[in-house]
Amino acid sequence: MELNGAQILVQSLKDEGVEFLFGYPGGAVLHLYDALFHQQDIKHILVRHEQGATHAADGYARATGKPGVVLVTSGPGATNAVTGIATAHLDSIPLVVISGQVPTPVIGSDAFQEVDMVGITRPCVKHNFLVKDVTKLAETVKKAFHVATTGRPGPVVIDIPKDITDPSIKVPYKYPRKVSMRSYNPVVKGHRKQIKKAVDLLLSAKKPMIYSGGGVILGEAHKQLIEFTRLLGYPITNTLMGLGSYPATDKQFVGMLGMHGTYEANMSMHESDVIIAIGARFDDRVTGKLDEFCPYAKIIHIDVDPASIAKNVMVDVPIVGEVKPVLETMIEMINQDERRPDKKALAKWWEQITKWQALDSLAYDRNSDLIKPQYVIEQLYEVTKGNAFVTSDVGQHQMYAAQFYHFDKPRRWINSGGLGTMGFGLPAAIGVKLAHPKSDVACVTGEASIQMCIQELSTALQYKTPVKIVNLNNRYMGMVRQWQEFTYESRYSHSYMDTIPDFVQLAEAYGHVGMRIEKPEDVRSAFEEAFAMKDRTVFMDFMTDRTENVYPMIEAGKAHHEMRLRVPPGTPVDRELA
Amino acid sequence: MRHIISILIENESGALSRVAGLFSARGYNIESLTVAPTEDETLSRMTLVTWGDENIIEQITKQLNKLIDVVKLIDLAEAVHIERELMMIKIKTTDETREEIKRMSDIFRGKIIDVAANSYVVEITGPSDKLDAFISAIDEASIIEVVRSGPTGISRGENGLRL
Repeated sequence: MELNGAQILVQSLKDEGVEFLFGYPGGAVLHLYDALFHQQDIKHILVRHEQGATHAADGYARATGKPGVVLVTSGPGATNAVTGIATAHLDSIPLVVISGQVPTPVIGSDAFQEVDMVGITRPCVKHNFLVKDVTKLAETVKKAFHVATTGRPGPVVIDIPKDITDPSIKVPYKYPRKVSMRSYNPVVKGHRKQIKKAVDLLLSAKKPMIYSGGGVILGEAHKQLIEFTRLLGYPITNTLMGLGSYPATDKQFVGMLGMHGTYEANMSMHESDVIIAIGARFDDRVTGKLDEFCPYAKIIHIDVDPASIAKNVMVDVPIVGEVKPVLETMIEMINQDERRPDKKALAKWWEQITKWQALDSLAYDRNSDLIKPQYVIEQLYEVTKGNAFVTSDVGQHQMYAAQFYHFDKPRRWINSGGLGTMGFGLPAAIGVKLAHPKSDVACVTGEASIQMCIQELSTALQYKTPVKIVNLNNRYMGMVRQWQEFTYESRYSHSYMDTIPDFVQLAEAYGHVGMRIEKPEDVRSAFEEAFAMKDRTVFMDFMTDRTENVYPMIEAGKAHHEMRLRVPPGTPVDRELA
Repeated sequence: MRHIISILIENESGALSRVAGLFSARGYNIESLTVAPTEDETLSRMTLVTWGDENIIEQITKQLNKLIDVVKLIDLAEAVHIERELMMIKIKTTDETREEIKRMSDIFRGKIIDVAANSYVVEITGPSDKLDAFISAIDEASIIEVVRSGPTGISRGENGLRL
């Protein structure tokens, strides 16, 4: 079969099984868009800004496990996509981003809409390609998908000069079934000797902790994680990226850890004697002060990326491999082992953890006349019965969602953890809704974040992706205000916006339903009404308490056991207030 | 500690900038970097001199290995190896100094490869500290120009860095 470059690209995407292509046309990709015009298999989603394309593809990828695919033009189209690429990179999300480039003969001449996309994206992709020969195009697409989805996943950019997609140049087409790259062979199975060492350590533990992250979700290992955790009976905490990898309503789950994790999760980490990190990377938001991180613990670390091991924290038993096969081997070894976890020590350990839990570090004032943001998330959880896909933007609302929406299943919690990209939530929600049209999708956001990609409300109308926007509107950049309150003596430097739009009118202008909710007693009914409107995007503008802060908190430079609590330990607790 | 890392890398455009970019993005030290194609035209061999404590060197090698274009690498400093660097040095000459420079060049087993009315170019090969020694043995004021290749290296014995 002879095809031109544009047709080759489209056919390669079809052969790769791509359902959705998130994109925005422009000069350098017009040949490609013309080829797309002649087919129905791949559904093109026209976003309103290229950042939205990458976030939507990213949301789709996080919710399905399949790679998200993006098509943007050269120059500004390409640079607009960069924030989304970096977002996917830091959270290891598989994306294939195709960018147009000026024709090969004028590359380097500062041509119209020319940027060095390969150069710009080099530090924020897993790999990138510049296609210089149309006969290599199909193979390059195959390689891109292979690299993006295997090992530690990540975004891959394919930069395609316009002459490569010239309709008049036809070459034989065959999509390669397999690809092998001599320089890229990710490790799958862990080393059995290392796994044995880990099992020995785990079975000798008195105060064990399981600390699991996004790698469990990316590696589809949640079932193995549940089996492993229940087999041992040890407490488990999840990172922000790992929420949903273990059921949050299970009794062995002690909540999220890290900067805004629960008191019990962080104290347990601090006091633990054996920690097993599973698909987690010891991010600074998790570890707090590195010198005092888990001072009494021997650490086991399972990660598919060798460079993640011993990067921030030295470990005692490193295991390089995919989480799923490693956990399977570990479960098998524990089952065959005669030794069992130390029941007595474990009972004592759980007794201690229960005491920490009794402090109720997430408590907030339930009798306020103002809408508390935590209450909104609790009601969202109840009305959606914990089954919604929840995307979020970045800030206080993100932490409230992480703390108060109890994710029992993987791929339901979709947020920008590593890069912390405001503007992520809405386009991501559109991507999720396309992947799961029958499921409830909520975007938890704030009045600052939502305005960073608000234009995608238009995309939501065009493709009928009825998502529910939960705007926790406190008229402040809440997290910035919180830090300014705690560390800058409440000097609220530029964290306040007094020209916030009327979101109800804005939503209606975009063709959606807008609701403003001002009283706590209206929160639940608003959700019930909104989620009953199955085919409408609803923008719910909750006017929340302006002064509410996210507790508990490990402030910058502090360790796990130095959490700032709403009610410091030792204070007589007035249950009415708490 | 100083480390000399030998890398086999795909001979593709941009491969060098991936390595250089990694060092600047992650704040690693880089003292010198040399690169040239090998007998297999699809591969380049790179020699990179860096320094740092054990943990940093471990991270550097892991991060380098993570680059998709990197096929294989070794840290030569981990075993016995040979290092060589090439230097060409242009030195001002006068009737009084010409003889002395020739003599010095002979001691260092250098070669005079260009002779002009008022200058010599001396070529010297050897470990980097030998080149340093030659530079300090020459009157600083007489040095017009120094060009060094940066060290390259190879392990001793029959094992080699190959596919």
